[in-house]
Amino acid sequence: MKSYEILGQKDTRSGFGAGLLEAGKQNQNVVALCADLTGSLMMDAFKAEFPDRFIQAGIAEANMMSASAGLAIGGKIPFAGTFANFATGRVYDQIRQGIAYSHKNVKICASHAGLTLGEDGATHQILEDIGLMKMLPGMVVINPCDYNQTVAATMAIAKYDGPCYLRFGRPKWPVFISEDTPFVIGKALMLNEGTDVSIFATGHMVWLAIEAGHALAEKGIHAEVINIHTIKPLDRDAILASVRKTGCAVSAEEHQMNGGLGDSIAQLLSRELPTPMEFVAVNDSFGESGTPDQLLQKYGLTAEAIVSAALNAMARKK
Amino acid sequence: MYMEITHSPKAMLAIATQIRRDILRMVHAVNSGHPGGSLGCADYFTALFFHFMKHNPSPFSMNGNGEDVFFLSNGHISPVYYSTLARAGYFPVSELATFRKLNTRLQGHPATHEHLPGVRVATGSLGQGLSVAAGLALQKKMDKDSHTVWVQTGDGELQEGQIWEAVMFAAHRKLDNMIVAVDFNQKQIDGSTGEIMGLTEWKSKFSAFNWEVLEMDGNNWDDIMRVVPLAQSKLGAGKPIVIIMKTEMGQGVDFMMGTHAWHGKAPNDEQLEKALAQLSETQYSDY
Repeated sequence: MKSYEILGQKDTRSGFGAGLLEAGKQNQNVVALCADLTGSLMMDAFKAEFPDRFIQAGIAEANMMSASAGLAIGGKIPFAGTFANFATGRVYDQIRQGIAYSHKNVKICASHAGLTLGEDGATHQILEDIGLMKMLPGMVVINPCDYNQTVAATMAIAKYDGPCYLRFGRPKWPVFISEDTPFVIGKALMLNEGTDVSIFATGHMVWLAIEAGHALAEKGIHAEVINIHTIKPLDRDAILASVRKTGCAVSAEEHQMNGGLGDSIAQLLSRELPTPMEFVAVNDSFGESGTPDQLLQKYGLTAEAIVSAALNAMARKK
Repeated sequence: MYMEITHSPKAMLAIATQIRRDILRMVHAVNSGHPGGSLGCADYFTALFFHFMKHNPSPFSMNGNGEDVFFLSNGHISPVYYSTLARAGYFPVSELATFRKLNTRLQGHPATHEHLPGVRVATGSLGQGLSVAAGLALQKKMDKDSHTVWVQTGDGELQEGQIWEAVMFAAHRKLDNMIVAVDFNQKQIDGSTGEIMGLTEWKSKFSAFNWEVLEMDGNNWDDIMRVVPLAQSKLGAGKPIVIIMKTEMGQGVDFMMGTHAWHGKAPNDEQLEKALAQLSETQYSDY
């Protein structure tokens, strides 16, 4: 089993900021919009480097999303950034009609997603955004797991022609994906091979899934840990191949159980390869104020929860 | 490279009459759609697409680079939009017969999904088209493309909050390459705009947001030929431009005028015959 060295502690939103700057250098059509959260989204470097290509949209997210569609029509590649809550639920109809249905090349960049937003509380801790976005036909949905993967994902979506949702977060988090790991939209990343149980994780939960894999190894269980950074389009082949080998599955995500990554995997498995499966996710509940670690503990998003889920899934194997 | 501007007001009168015939026949054929506002805007649409806009109907270019671009924010008046686009050469006039039917490119509300030439974004859910247009106007500024972005909104549509986000945005970004016409017919589905949301002093509101405001009778050719050039003369002066365009819902068909009843209702066989009798056939022929 591979051990992943922690290369540092960095927030994924900083990865977005760095990736955006690099994408801006590579393609002059990349423009950025932000709804009065430039510092929080780490878009300051882009703004300083390309002041004429940065558009302050004010606290008017609906207009920002629709105007991004207009910019895209003319040939720009707009990256529209705000908190995940305001980037999805607040502007769902603008995204649905003007971006998804109209298939515009807009990159919806959503920071501070999930419980790890922390103290601001449930008004800002969106746990439904993956579900909202993955339901839209043609929308690519990506939730990278660390700083380096977020840099790479940001640059990758700049090169992809079509609507994308990029979800990232606020807290400093272990960096463990190497800088030179290629990011391919829609391709799962194998982190540890195993034969007893498949753990499919996305976002911040990927690091916890690696930790869970080590804890399971101490019990003599060989867990396969796979990073599903792209929730849509889902890497069906990678998931089915893994489950054919292990015979049971666990999903882990910082999102509602309804509508999240686990939902997508369960739908795939129920049609193609019915399999015992357990879900590590928020169970039909809003969050609350607290530190990220306290919240992850309270709502059951931990390495221990992944271990328990893996044991339960294995126990259900025939 | 542009459509040649050869249409006199007299010629445009015949085109507008043909568009009105198209509108009535289209909504009648599927017993659905929005004839009232469509009839009211037929004159302005004709003036834009056959006289004022510098545009290239064929081959249609989605990005609109190097030409004028039009957005219909109140997408429900798709009949007048589709007829005008077809008559201007964006797609075959015969295709108007497919309006709202299964597998058509002429969806109930305008969409890009079926690749209908002339449409650049889906509209129908109100309040969004003005923002999209502002985004494209900004792109034209960034890329030093001096062409104009034309937008139409409904007056009931101004009840949507997003409109005022766009109004602020356009003024703040000095999008003086945009001419917006508000279809001021003072009617919406449930009744008059005054009854439903009575604060309809649009002129002072837009002025307060630092827009250039003009008023026009959108069913009077002399006024259209006077005010639209006046609006064009204000381009590049630092402010977005809005024309409060008074129209009569149902214009051209006596029993459809002066009421909101025909906002979203199609005429039956008898009503169609009666309506078409008031709009004599033109040299452009029915589809």
